[in-house]
Amino acid sequence: MAQLSPADRAEHWRRTRNLMFVHLAIWFVFAYLVHWFAVPLNNINFFGWPLGYYFSAQGSLIVFVVQLFLFARQQHAIDVKFGVEENNNKG
Amino acid sequence: MAMQWEGKSFIDNLPKIYGIYTGGFLVFFALMAVCEQFGMSAQTIGIMFVLFTLVIYAVIGVLSRTTAVEAYYVAGRSVPPVFNGMATAADWMSGASFVAMAGGIFMSGHPYMAFIVGWTGGYILVATLMAPYLRKFGCYTVPDFIGTRYGGKLTRFVAIVVLVVASFTYVTAQITATGTIAARAFLIPFEIGVWLGLFGILVCSMLGGMRAVTWTQVAQYIVLIIAYLVPIFWMSMKQGLGFLPHIEYGAAVQRIMELEPLLGVGTAAVDSVEGLKALTTLHATPPEGALAAWKFVTLTACMMIGTASLPHILMRYFTTPSVRDARTSVAWSLFFIFLLYFSAPALATLSKLQMIDPNLMTSIIGDSIDKVNSLAWIRNWGEVGLLAIRDSNADGILQINEFFLNPDIIVLATPEIAGLPYVISGLVAAGGMAAAMSTADGLLLAMANALSHDLYYKIIDPKAETRKRLMTARVLLLVIGAGGAAVASLKLTGILGAVAWAFCFAMSGLFVPLVLGVWWKRANRQGALAGMVVGLGVGWWYLLAVRNPEAWYGLAKPWVGLDDLRFGIVGTIASAIAMIVVTLLTPEPDEATQRMVDEVRIPSGDTIIPSKA
Repeated sequence: MAQLSPADRAEHWRRTRNLMFVHLAIWFVFAYLVHWFAVPLNNINFFGWPLGYYFSAQGSLIVFVVQLFLFARQQHAIDVKFGVEENNNKG
Repeated sequence: MAMQWEGKSFIDNLPKIYGIYTGGFLVFFALMAVCEQFGMSAQTIGIMFVLFTLVIYAVIGVLSRTTAVEAYYVAGRSVPPVFNGMATAADWMSGASFVAMAGGIFMSGHPYMAFIVGWTGGYILVATLMAPYLRKFGCYTVPDFIGTRYGGKLTRFVAIVVLVVASFTYVTAQITATGTIAARAFLIPFEIGVWLGLFGILVCSMLGGMRAVTWTQVAQYIVLIIAYLVPIFWMSMKQGLGFLPHIEYGAAVQRIMELEPLLGVGTAAVDSVEGLKALTTLHATPPEGALAAWKFVTLTACMMIGTASLPHILMRYFTTPSVRDARTSVAWSLFFIFLLYFSAPALATLSKLQMIDPNLMTSIIGDSIDKVNSLAWIRNWGEVGLLAIRDSNADGILQINEFFLNPDIIVLATPEIAGLPYVISGLVAAGGMAAAMSTADGLLLAMANALSHDLYYKIIDPKAETRKRLMTARVLLLVIGAGGAAVASLKLTGILGAVAWAFCFAMSGLFVPLVLGVWWKRANRQGALAGMVVGLGVGWWYLLAVRNPEAWYGLAKPWVGLDDLRFGIVGTIASAIAMIVVTLLTPEPDEATQRMVDEVRIPSGDTIIPSKA
């Protein structure tokens, strides 16, 4: 396995960290923010649902599931770009 | 033995094996349905369901026995992500999720939804902050990571203490749940049910450790998800909401919101019945005000951060073949968990509408009390004291605040209320049993492994031979299991309270050292020790203080609404402050440790702790 240069290592970690922050920001919105405003959101009708209730029963959950599959893909793409994905060194 | 529980051909055949298993289970279900038509008693059907599934788990447990360390502790690191996802989902969804969740939503309305959001959103933290890095580390247990990353036997020891405190709190609740279900299915006293449940749990894990638990958990997931979804689909068909009620039940939520003012939901009950509650909370309307919103988000936060700190969950991701698989596996876990959690509010909504909507045949509110009392399900559950009717205003009509029930019966009684055949109730009992057993297995294994690997092998006797180590692990499993059952038979706390405490203990002691171990290179041993000790100590003190306002160390009232279900917030903040301050006051970790952190951050290359066959 080719040794990773310190600069590449730092860049790989910077991107990994940024990806983490982006996902935690989305998580923060759907885990806390929308529920904080559940009372006003409930006045909005979302396909027959009160929106505030919808987020706690389904909306946030769906976002979390989709987000995790996306995260797994994105992080793998970062790893491939820097040549640190696992299949790389099993030769 | 024809079946090999490892190797490429076994892994390739997994979909086929579990496909046949699922088909077999459905055939058994159909057979029971036919037997019911031919007059088999409800009691026999219940026993058959629980017995049949128990035997299958036991067979899997025995077939996947092992004497190899890597197989015993981490299932040979060969579990494909989708299957690990199912195993994690079973590991995760406890008796409380299965039995109590829909009932909690039914009774407590929107505030209870914090559990649904919290118990799913925590996986975002697991995937982004923890699982892939712990997998790269190559540890067998969570204290193994803490001990190796920070160094020092004391550090490892404190991590073991936190793990045992959190997991033991949790496991007693699960053994209680298995005991309750076994007692009901076999008509035996609860105390005996507890020991019978424990026997079933141990058969799965004793011989094969993590490998056996993995493959039984997959089997248990399949049973529990079928058992949860079938009644919902069936009921939805009967109510004319279509095959997939999840999309349609918004209308039912609105109908409940229309009916609530008409029925007077929210008026306090006049009578009170020991252990039972009348429905007084609105279904989908959150309470007004910042304190209510604060309580919602703090409970969510505790459940999420607790998820990311519970060792029995984290250790499931040590079993995947690669770091990449660990990430995908977290996504699959959440998907499988999601299937149950987004169904729970649907179940709560549909069963509530059945009881209160005067347009439906099954409704009871507003009917004459004599008529309601003659219903079979009211009589059955009334006899065991889980449901009661009091005609408070003596008008002979059942009002909403005259109907008392134990929330836990919603899941178990819904099939009967909806008039579904008894075979469904048998299925639900088997599902509840699977949920409680799989979680108890994961927890017991997490404790026994930490004690045998970290305490016995790494601290007490580093020269112990493999055989002796695995023997110790098994003996510990027995001892801890027996201890858990003994405590469970004392019935100290409710199931849900114990579960929430376990989350709070885990997050107070472990979350900060785990996260900073990967994300902050500067974090050192002194800091980690301070973080764990202060976090657990402060959390524990706060729990005692809010529960004993009269005592000298007590608090007259909780800080900003942080009650005993939310003490993890206090513990985790204390842990973070202690760890950061102490780390900054002491020298940074040596160069080897810093290099180790660098290596953890990239997926390629060898694991940090070299693997042994």
